[in-house]
Amino acid sequence: MKVTVDGRDIDAEPGRSIAAVLHADGLRSWRTTRVEGSPRGLFCGIGVCFDCLVTINGRPNLRACLITVREGDVIETQEGVGRA
Amino acid sequence: MPDADLAVIGAGPAGLAAAGAAARAGLTVVLLDPAERPGGQFYRHRDGDDGRGHHHWRDYLRLAGDLEGVHYLPGHRVWHAEPGEPHVLHCLAGNRDERPVTVRAAKIVLATGAHDRALPFPGWDLPGVMTAGGAQALWKGQGLPAGRRVVISGTGPFLLPVATGLLKAGARVAGVYEANRPSAALLPLALDPARAVEGAGYALALARHRVPYRTGRAVIAAHGEGRLESVTVARLDRDWQPVPGTEKIVTCDALAIGYGFTPQLELAVQLGCAVEDGPDGSAVITADAAQATTVPGVWAAGETLGVGGAVLAMATGALAGHAAAGTTPPGALLRRRARQRRLAAAIAAAWPVRDGWREWLRDDTVVCRCEEVDHGALKRAIADGARDVRSAKLLCRAGMGLCQGRVCGFPVARVLGVPDRPNRPVAQPVRLRDLAYPDTSRGEHR
Ligand code: FES
Repeated sequence: MKVTVDGRDIDAEPGRSIAAVLHADGLRSWRTTRVEGSPRGLFCGIGVCFDCLVTINGRPNLRACLITVREGDVIETQEGVGRA
Repeated sequence: MPDADLAVIGAGPAGLAAAGAAARAGLTVVLLDPAERPGGQFYRHRDGDDGRGHHHWRDYLRLAGDLEGVHYLPGHRVWHAEPGEPHVLHCLAGNRDERPVTVRAAKIVLATGAHDRALPFPGWDLPGVMTAGGAQALWKGQGLPAGRRVVISGTGPFLLPVATGLLKAGARVAGVYEANRPSAALLPLALDPARAVEGAGYALALARHRVPYRTGRAVIAAHGEGRLESVTVARLDRDWQPVPGTEKIVTCDALAIGYGFTPQLELAVQLGCAVEDGPDGSAVITADAAQATTVPGVWAAGETLGVGGAVLAMATGALAGHAAAGTTPPGALLRRRARQRRLAAAIAAAWPVRDGWREWLRDDTVVCRCEEVDHGALKRAIADGARDVRSAKLLCRAGMGLCQGRVCGFPVARVLGVPDRPNRPVAQPVRLRDLAYPDTSRGEHR
């Protein structure tokens, strides 16, 4: 299936988490932190650490490792606190 | 009227065993779990998974078969548990469009499991650095390797299946660095024939792929511009202080770190269950021989009692299910629990976390990832009078972020020299609207 990441079309394997879709595409970070602007991506992989926050279909601060991808998802990387 | 006689929280080996045993004894059972598939972290799997690469998969199939008599509610995160008659569990259901669900049950079995324990070091916040369990979840749950060339560092037998998992996923493993020198490690494994076979299988796989397995060494720093490019590995002394002059650089694009596991106890603490120090330095639920906690009508099972692996979790889960149902458990279960507990204690003793890791920290090393609090700020908070986790949090914000100290709780407590005690009134992030309008529809699984 297809999804977009910051406007770019990528292939997504159905059943995978958003984090896995991004990881499979070669991305290792998809947000920056509030204070230092440091890049973050997957860390715990199981919903504990909140490092993997991402904006999906306009909703910010979702844990990419917990959410299963859907056809046509519009995924956006995040800066700082994230914006709706 | 409660929705069910028993609510089991967590559908890993312990929760599945508890739910199955209680349902067979005639209780109405609700099984709540945040994931979309049963199995927990141990039996994390994909759709159509044939079980190859999973240990004790046949046990899983048997337990999952027992779900027929159970109201299994996947995708349900319990964010608050109120004790009472009945107990009330506030949940959020659904993967992305969360809705509030309330479950009332006369009895509860807590089988909430554990998550990886990580230790901070310079560069551990670089993308590409993951927990060992996270790397394992990426392979088991998503079929993906954490990277092309992966280093594994930490302590404990769990590093071995992570390494073989990465090999199966197609990664190269550049090295496994075990901080302890478990010369006695073969002893506990030898107490249990199944584990000895399992361990031998891992050793064989590592040898076949020429993966270096080095003890008394650890990754003490990670490097890269925006993502991981290499790590520094150093030899450690007995206390885990790096031995000067032994550092070497290993290139890699992923690093998996694992220093044991921390039980997830926030629901237990909310219910008022007493907790105590576990054998490996993390808090565990206090429970009696029948798996009963200090709160009436609440039992505990699995890794919430201390990390002991799937076989022990299944035994304590089944025992908790029997206790909740008031049925007499088979003697074989009690014997299995006793044997597996001895084994777990031996493993905890052979793979401790030693304090010398604090020497890996520099002043600018991030300790709390969420609030970006560095070691220097934590030291200043201690100089300003912080004596426990709470005062450190107030003075430097360590542990105040979204993860509520789940990741930094153990290392911050260790730097302070106090026990790591979880206290989170809200176990999951909740939207204000769901706090303001708790669900009144109750029992929507009916
Ligand atoms: S990677 Fe930790 S919450 Fe997603």
